[in-house]
Amino acid sequence: MAKIDIGPPDYKKFLSPMIRKNYGKWKYHEYVKPGVIRHVAESGDTLYSIRIGSPRLVSIDFIRDICTLADEYCEGYLRFTSRNNIEFMTGDESKVEPLIEACKAKGLPVGGTGKSLSNIVHTQGWVHCHTPATDASGIVKSVMDDLYEYFIRDDLPAKLKVAMACCLNMCGAVHCSDIAILGVHRTAPVIKHEIIQKGTEIPTLVACCPTGAIRPDPKNKSVAVNEAKCMYCGNCYTMSPGMEILDAKNDGVAILVGGKVSNARSAPSFSRLVIPFLPNNPPRWPEVTAAVRNIVETWIKYARKGERVGEWIERIGWERFFTLANIPFSEKCIDDYIFSRETFRTSAAFKY
Amino acid sequence: MPEDKKTPQLDELEKGPWPSFVTEMKRAAEKNAAAKDLLGHLERSYEDKKGHWKHGGIVGVKGYGGGVIGRYSDIPEEFPNLQAFHTMRINHPSGWFYTTDALREICDIWERHGSGLTNFHGSTGDIILLGTKTDELQPTFDELSDAGYDLGGSGSDLRSPSCCVGPARCEHACYDTLDMCYDLTNEFQDELHRPMWPYKFKIKMSGCANDCVAAIARADCSVIGTWRDTIVIDQDEVRAYAESGLDIQGIVCDKCPTRALHFHAETCELTVTPEDCSRCMHCINVMPKAIQPGKEKGATILLGGKSTIVKSAFMSWVIVPFMKMEAPYTEFKDLIRRIWDWWDENGKTRERLGELIYRVGMSRFLHEVGLPPVPQMVFRPRANPYVFWQEDEIEK
Repeated sequence: MAKIDIGPPDYKKFLSPMIRKNYGKWKYHEYVKPGVIRHVAESGDTLYSIRIGSPRLVSIDFIRDICTLADEYCEGYLRFTSRNNIEFMTGDESKVEPLIEACKAKGLPVGGTGKSLSNIVHTQGWVHCHTPATDASGIVKSVMDDLYEYFIRDDLPAKLKVAMACCLNMCGAVHCSDIAILGVHRTAPVIKHEIIQKGTEIPTLVACCPTGAIRPDPKNKSVAVNEAKCMYCGNCYTMSPGMEILDAKNDGVAILVGGKVSNARSAPSFSRLVIPFLPNNPPRWPEVTAAVRNIVETWIKYARKGERVGEWIERIGWERFFTLANIPFSEKCIDDYIFSRETFRTSAAFKY
Repeated sequence: MPEDKKTPQLDELEKGPWPSFVTEMKRAAEKNAAAKDLLGHLERSYEDKKGHWKHGGIVGVKGYGGGVIGRYSDIPEEFPNLQAFHTMRINHPSGWFYTTDALREICDIWERHGSGLTNFHGSTGDIILLGTKTDELQPTFDELSDAGYDLGGSGSDLRSPSCCVGPARCEHACYDTLDMCYDLTNEFQDELHRPMWPYKFKIKMSGCANDCVAAIARADCSVIGTWRDTIVIDQDEVRAYAESGLDIQGIVCDKCPTRALHFHAETCELTVTPEDCSRCMHCINVMPKAIQPGKEKGATILLGGKSTIVKSAFMSWVIVPFMKMEAPYTEFKDLIRRIWDWWDENGKTRERLGELIYRVGMSRFLHEVGLPPVPQMVFRPRANPYVFWQEDEIEK
């Protein structure tokens, strides 16, 4: 019988000799060029990290290819980043350029460091998720193809972090991203009583609704939905397959902007809704791609050096953002859930 | 899938400069029938603009209540190899460091038992082995366990803890995030493998306030490295930055959120008013050669982060401004156990820790878990005066 509760492998076995030698004794780092960071240790040792974009959904043969590169250039050591990029690390400066060329030859983009667009954190979407309003991988591929130049440059106003979630469960830090692409539903669930009767816990289902739109329906041994209160978050569908929320005609994508996770200069902030709906038009979602590009280009044009998207918007005011980005403001952008009041403008000092 | 099933929409996504997940799916499809079905299945979703996966049933391995996500296609007549296509989460090593031998070992095991498709990594941090049949779950796990790997968390349990790259490569790390992540994961194996709680619980560890694992954004318990003395400034390096053309006044001092930094242009000297510094990391980020974190290092503990469902997304908020964070992390473990006990006792089904504290109030949380109220817990005190008083605080 296999051993259980053994936990993950000890990371220390996976650290290269140079990293083990200088563990906790790094002195500073510099951005050498897009995709290349140099760390210098107190000992004087220098470590080059070369960052490569990856589609996250990869075959084992992709991993084996990456291993071949790591064997040839990095003595068999590598890591992945929290945004699904790959980092090859070497102390040998002479390996850096050949490694970069080898990566490019394999179609692997070198970039995502410093003031660049990094990889898009995303979810399973239609590939494997049971509650998706859209596909994640397809949108990510489309947007990264379109914004590719920003991954391989590092001279944007600031870092640009885009994330994508195929539904409101947001399996990733979509809610605190510079630009968030979010799968949304727009129609109330269609209730299949026979499925609910078969095995759904009614109290849990009733309790799961953020707006209290679900009530028990004892006559049908099921539930009923007050459609006026339903905002189609789909959480009930997560709780029971009898609450069918997938709607091919009306599901789509919303865009939110202005979030960040770091504490530098300003507190971490939420991404905020600016475009309530764009249609699902696979395979390349042109409306989504164009909307994201527009926001990125507007930010690049108007932001001051060092301003993340949200910091730029807070400085100029959200009203100016809608104007500069030429995005129509909608009542749907105004909060009407439990923390709404904090977002209302209780001041006459605004811009026209 | 039907032999003549073409995938024109997915084929379109093989074009373009960004590496293509479709290419990866096709590579796996060459060797594995389920991966081949997955291509056709995804193309169907692109045609129908709709997902085709049923709600997962409970599947797993012996001894565990989680780590495997059950997944079944809702069109198995067309894609028989996707009738069951489950995901296994494999707990990643701290900081996602690997040797090529280790990665190849995982690839070889997965090739023998599953679709050959993976995510490196899932959002929580685990390696995702994407797609295998029910009767392959135990054999896959057995081989992985023999090779030294274990499953990650899923369901209403402790999810696999994650951390930033930490002292392995980053000079900013204020505590050993990698070691703490490894230590906690081993300490809390029971909580991780056997779902017993109201809902999920995530711990994420970042070495500094840059928070490169987005702990504040999404962890029930965020551990953010910090210091309690003063930043260390090397004036020679400051001068070097100034001479290289860096606008220290504009980019560094003017952007300090608390105006704690002062650049004396004539002498090229940068000084800080220590008590005004909020340790946000901005100046260190811009001038890493010249400014370093303080020497008395530790971490801030914040609670409550989560995504949208149910009561809105929360960011975690300060609970302990400063705690020394050194192995074996006894003080942290004591605190987290008290928090878990309290949440388990008081939380409703599927109520996250942050939602529970929001529902019952910080006052009750602090009293019952045994934490002192400190002003660092709030941006600003309450405006509304609806204050609760306890029996023993009033005169009868």
